[in-house]
Amino acid sequence: MSGKAIVRIKGITKIYDLGEVKVKALAGVDLEIQPGSYVAIMGASGSGKSTMLNILGCLDRPTQGQYFLGGLDVAHMPDDELSNARGKQIGFVFQSYNLIEQLTVIENIHIPLFYQGKSLEDHYDHCLKLAHLVGLGDRIEHRPKQLSGGQQQRVAIARSLANEPLMILADEPTGNLDSHTGQEILDLFDRLNAKGTTIIMVTHGEETASRAQRVIRMHDGKIASDTINPGRSSIAAN
Amino acid sequence: MIHLGIKSLMLHKLRSFLTMLGIIFGVCSVIAMLAIGEGASHEAQEAIKKLGPNNVIVRSIKPAGDPSSGGARRSFVADYGITRLDAERIKASIPGLSRLLPMRLIRDEVRFGTIKFPCQVVATLPYYTDITGTRIVHGRFLTPTDDFYRQNVCVLTAALASSLFPYQNPLDEHVKVGDGYYKVVGLVEERGTEDKRPQSGMTSGQPLDSNIYIPLGTAASRWGDTTVKRGAGSFEAEKVELHQVTLQFKDTDAVEAAVAPLNSLLSRFHKDKDYEFIVPIELLRQAERTKRIFNFVLGSIAAISLLVGGIGIMNIMLATVTERTREIGIRRALGAKKKDIVTQFLVETLVLSIGGGLIGVAFGVGVPFLVERFSDMKTIVTFWSVAIAFGISAAVGIVFGLYPARRAANLDPIDALRHT
Ligand SMILES: Nc1ncnc2c1ncn2[C@@H]1O[C@H](COP(=O)(O)OP(=O)(O)O)[C@@H](O)[C@H]1O
Ligand SMILES: [Mg+2]
Repeated sequence: MSGKAIVRIKGITKIYDLGEVKVKALAGVDLEIQPGSYVAIMGASGSGKSTMLNILGCLDRPTQGQYFLGGLDVAHMPDDELSNARGKQIGFVFQSYNLIEQLTVIENIHIPLFYQGKSLEDHYDHCLKLAHLVGLGDRIEHRPKQLSGGQQQRVAIARSLANEPLMILADEPTGNLDSHTGQEILDLFDRLNAKGTTIIMVTHGEETASRAQRVIRMHDGKIASDTINPGRSSIAAN
Repeated sequence: MIHLGIKSLMLHKLRSFLTMLGIIFGVCSVIAMLAIGEGASHEAQEAIKKLGPNNVIVRSIKPAGDPSSGGARRSFVADYGITRLDAERIKASIPGLSRLLPMRLIRDEVRFGTIKFPCQVVATLPYYTDITGTRIVHGRFLTPTDDFYRQNVCVLTAALASSLFPYQNPLDEHVKVGDGYYKVVGLVEERGTEDKRPQSGMTSGQPLDSNIYIPLGTAASRWGDTTVKRGAGSFEAEKVELHQVTLQFKDTDAVEAAVAPLNSLLSRFHKDKDYEFIVPIELLRQAERTKRIFNFVLGSIAAISLLVGGIGIMNIMLATVTERTREIGIRRALGAKKKDIVTQFLVETLVLSIGGGLIGVAFGVGVPFLVERFSDMKTIVTFWSVAIAFGISAAVGIVFGLYPARRAANLDPIDALRHT
């Protein structure tokens, strides 16, 4: 099973050196994630969830430990290669959507492709298909400001899929949304996962986590529990 | 890429425009000022060149403090200036001299029938036209025969002729100057007439285009050396053998070598300084030096104004980078490398500076055009002034854009993303 894991982490620590104090955000984490899985990361505030996700997303380097992403040794990569890894292997969905305001919906979806040297003209159909996938096929020329929060988050999801990444990392993707809109976003994730997209999501809500296959609980920079969610399939069917 | 930069700049149209304004003014003022300067110095240089770079002009001038001088006390006749003997001495002793053109200049009136005009009588030799570049329009100029036989012939400037003879052909008519009648044998046009600069004669008074040329020999027999000027209630007489001598040299080196010996030669025989030299080649050099200083000063002003414009751009770009920290984080998360971020912000700066540069060039070419249209100043927009101004504006964009761009690229992606 471990041979085809897309994420393999061994003994990762992350220490923030603030001069007098050293904050140990991650204190030795081992983790493997299989393709196609849907993982929820839970835990109290400050337990290290975001730090974990940042390292998984190649935005940050661990202080110690090993990280293999799809076979690549990420822990020691130079900056440019990290950028490449982010662009090609990872799709980010943020709590605050993080669209670029001067660009239209379709241009926002295109950004990850742009940094892989792929023009919008050549990949317009692909971007349009993604817009349709998240239900915004008729809004491609709109600006982020003209969209609701839920719609913006859909654009962000479409954008995260643009490069067909190994996995989507979502840090509290429904945190800024009302519960109804949040459900719609989670439904979208369910559908994507059903099609085989790997999703790792940080969340606070138990109900949200219950949609995931696997729930990882963190405490003081360590994995406190790692369980397979038994009731998941029944909720997904709803 | 550029399209993207413009899009970001359009987010703050007014701010982008105000930022460009610094560059626009800088570039515009450089080009316009240089064009006006170039025009002015070109005019001056042309005027000097007309005097002939191979020539030295020696002019008689009334010495200062004249009443106390011996010549004036003896009679009421002011006796000064270059003599025929001076001319012979110059001919004999100055090396490199190819020709010497003596001239007498007498202010008088010319009459034809009832029409009369003030004029300047230029008594000179046949090769006057050669040395001064005067063009023969009709008939002929004076000949050696005219001079030798002291013929009563004259040549008029075309402008004077058309005033005197509004309805008929002036050739072979006789005009009256002083007590004598002269047959008109030709019409000429002075080279300097279009800009009305005194070129070959008097410093003031007669316009250059109402000259009447007679042979030097004829003038000597008609006037002698003493001329009398009658003003309103005044009476002035002066004895001047030659008003002006134009020395033509083989080349400019000979001109320069001759200046010192000429000075010492004339000062030996003239107690008072009653003559002056005009050395066109020296004037030309001086004009060129002045122009270089002028260009240097302009260049400094331009450099400062573009520097200020550049600082303005840098200031705005730093503010932009701070403002868009989050955007930078997002782009980094989505796969942008550091150099992509540098490129992005550099392109935006370049759009500002080159855009400003282009608008500045348009105004910089337009302003001299308007100046020339609505005033009599001549302007010359040189290619290199446009190229330099535009080049500097682009360079300003790179120099002042690089720091903000690098700062943007070196932001930590996580910090940038967390920025609100
Ligand atoms: N950039 C940072 N500098 C210093 N300490 C940090 C930084 N980021 C996170 N931390 C600390 O690391 C710990 C884990 O933070 P984080 O991963 O954001 O927790 P969570 O997302 O679970 O709330 C916290 O104690 C936090 O204060
Ligand atoms: Mg967090």
